[in-house]
Amino acid sequence: MNNPFRATRRNIGELIAEWSIRAIASVSILVIFLIFIFVFREASTLLTGSEEAPTEQTSTSSQETSATSTTQSEPDVYNPDAEEPEVYNPEAEAPASGEEGAPGEFIYIAANPAYPHIYNPSSGLIPPDIDATSSEEEVIAGDTLSFGENFLSSTWQPVGEVPKFGIVPLLIGTAKTTLIAILIGAPLGILAALFVAFFAKPWIREIVKPGIELLAGFPSVVIGFFCLVTVASWVQDVTGVPYRLNAIVGGIGLSLAVIPIVFSIAEDALSAVPKTLREASLALGSTEWQTAYRVMLPAAAPGVFAAVLLGIGRAFGETMIAIMATGNAPLSSFSPFEPARTVAATIGSEMGEVVWGSEHYGVLFLLGVLLFVFSFGLNAVTELYVKTRFIKRFQGK
Amino acid sequence: MQFSASTQPLPKRLLGFFAVLIALTAAVAVVGIILGMFGNFLLNGGTHVTWEFLTEFPRNSNTEGGIWPALAGTTLLVLLMTLLGVPVGTATAIYLTEFAKQDSWFARSVRFAVNTLAGVPSIVFGLFGVGFFIQFMGGSIDAAFGSSSFGDGSLLWSAATLAVLTLPVVIVAVEESLRAVPRDLREASLALGATRLQTIVKVVIPNSVTGILTGSILAVGRGAGEVAAILFVGVTYSSEVLPSAVTEKFMHLGYHLFVLSTQSPDVEKTLPLQFATTLVLLGLTFLLNLTAILIRSRLRKR
Repeated sequence: MNNPFRATRRNIGELIAEWSIRAIASVSILVIFLIFIFVFREASTLLTGSEEAPTEQTSTSSQETSATSTTQSEPDVYNPDAEEPEVYNPEAEAPASGEEGAPGEFIYIAANPAYPHIYNPSSGLIPPDIDATSSEEEVIAGDTLSFGENFLSSTWQPVGEVPKFGIVPLLIGTAKTTLIAILIGAPLGILAALFVAFFAKPWIREIVKPGIELLAGFPSVVIGFFCLVTVASWVQDVTGVPYRLNAIVGGIGLSLAVIPIVFSIAEDALSAVPKTLREASLALGSTEWQTAYRVMLPAAAPGVFAAVLLGIGRAFGETMIAIMATGNAPLSSFSPFEPARTVAATIGSEMGEVVWGSEHYGVLFLLGVLLFVFSFGLNAVTELYVKTRFIKRFQGK
Repeated sequence: MQFSASTQPLPKRLLGFFAVLIALTAAVAVVGIILGMFGNFLLNGGTHVTWEFLTEFPRNSNTEGGIWPALAGTTLLVLLMTLLGVPVGTATAIYLTEFAKQDSWFARSVRFAVNTLAGVPSIVFGLFGVGFFIQFMGGSIDAAFGSSSFGDGSLLWSAATLAVLTLPVVIVAVEESLRAVPRDLREASLALGATRLQTIVKVVIPNSVTGILTGSILAVGRGAGEVAAILFVGVTYSSEVLPSAVTEKFMHLGYHLFVLSTQSPDVEKTLPLQFATTLVLLGLTFLLNLTAILIRSRLRKR
């Protein structure tokens, strides 16, 4: 059997098989690179295209904007300052007309009788009738915006004579809904994990754990539908807010997606804490709950932190729930009771109608790059920092 | 235990009671939400899920009739996705458990890539589908063969996009089952003179078939409910016929629900249809996931 020739003959076939398996294994790495390259490639046409704009235009743009906003003439104008919504009233009005103009995509919002009121608080002085003239003014100002200024401005109005791609309202909307989702989802997930890991009787654990894991299998479009139809009505009944779909409803929906992730990772982390810690704590005379909250939870803290980070990643990247439940209006408002629009929802709702290869198309891909880079960074932090700390802690290093 | 509990002062015991109560409430709340959602769908849509609903085409611009093309489209999609994704995922899992040295840089980068892939938002996969599969691959195929059917969204590209999206699901599930195969079996096989490849093909894989099955089921469950990734990679909201080739567009249960509930001309009127569609979609993914969880828990006990 130890004939060296037979061994080599076999090994050639083996080698080919082994290397093809190795090659297939590298597909995952390849895909990561491909995602970055190809999503960025579609977005890069935009960057190269807009750099052709002469620099003179930038200088005139600050003059033009100073005509509309008397107080500031620097690009700082576009920071979401406290004064800023008043300066930009005519623009804040504009997205309403832009969205109603796009048929199909926004019908639900447009059909919502509360919708026209969304823009009233910020533009009390301007009745909707003069909308046309005010948007003409905006055309003059917006015509000369350079790409960078446009991108960091506070108006997202991709459909119109002069498309505006200010991502500030989208970032605010994403931050707002993600924060609400984490504030609801993280405590629920972690406490439920504590209960399952330390307080529940074995047979209860056997039911509750797979039950919550089933929630992870709920399609996000189903959760979105549930929020759209049921949760939105509850929230409106309880709080009496004028807009049926708002950041709170969206946040609740996203928290339903976050809970199972936080739960299962936190539960894994809590169960991974060595039993000796628990026994030592109990032997010293502390009770079950003191052990759970004061010994086991701190010991598993890096793992629980990782759970929350991955929960955040899920919340800001979630598309269908955000499209269906947040109200989808790109407002620069921090109020949780006003509609919001997330970055992911913007891609999801506008990509279908966009002309392939246009500037709008490029901007949507750029938003995709933003999402990808953010989720990549979040995951890298979880992988490289949190997990190694978690392991080191229990190896006593 | 009893002595230590009784010597605790009352405020502390009260605190302990509340600490446990809060955790219990959280667990009950989460389970309650799940049951509530399911009950809500069952109550509102249960009576509308009939044989006719499942087997008829939608009529009158999706406001009447059934969901047959969406059901069939979803099934075709996940079948094609499984064919494309599961072999790659299984091979990767085999590499990670059988060939890789656990601390080699390549194995670590594969692992990191799989974890990263699991965290990438599904809408980014949709953009990847447009940028890579449709524009680049489809465009190249069309240019090379003079065809015009690959450079647009289709069943094929949607399945490919979902296959990439569900890759981590397959890899993690298969890897877990491969690790559950006892080391003794491998060593016995190697000691009898079998090579590493023979051991894998004849000993390891037959012993982890259930794991590969679990991975596929989980991937199908994930893929069936995924809408964001295929929004612009080939799904359509209305179709008179079933897709007859992989380069055609298709209807999808999740997308159908999305369109019905947000873009229908009369949302109120189709509400029963929406609930019934939700119930079918949820029932499908629910059954798949439940099967996978049951198989997996049996596997873990062994």
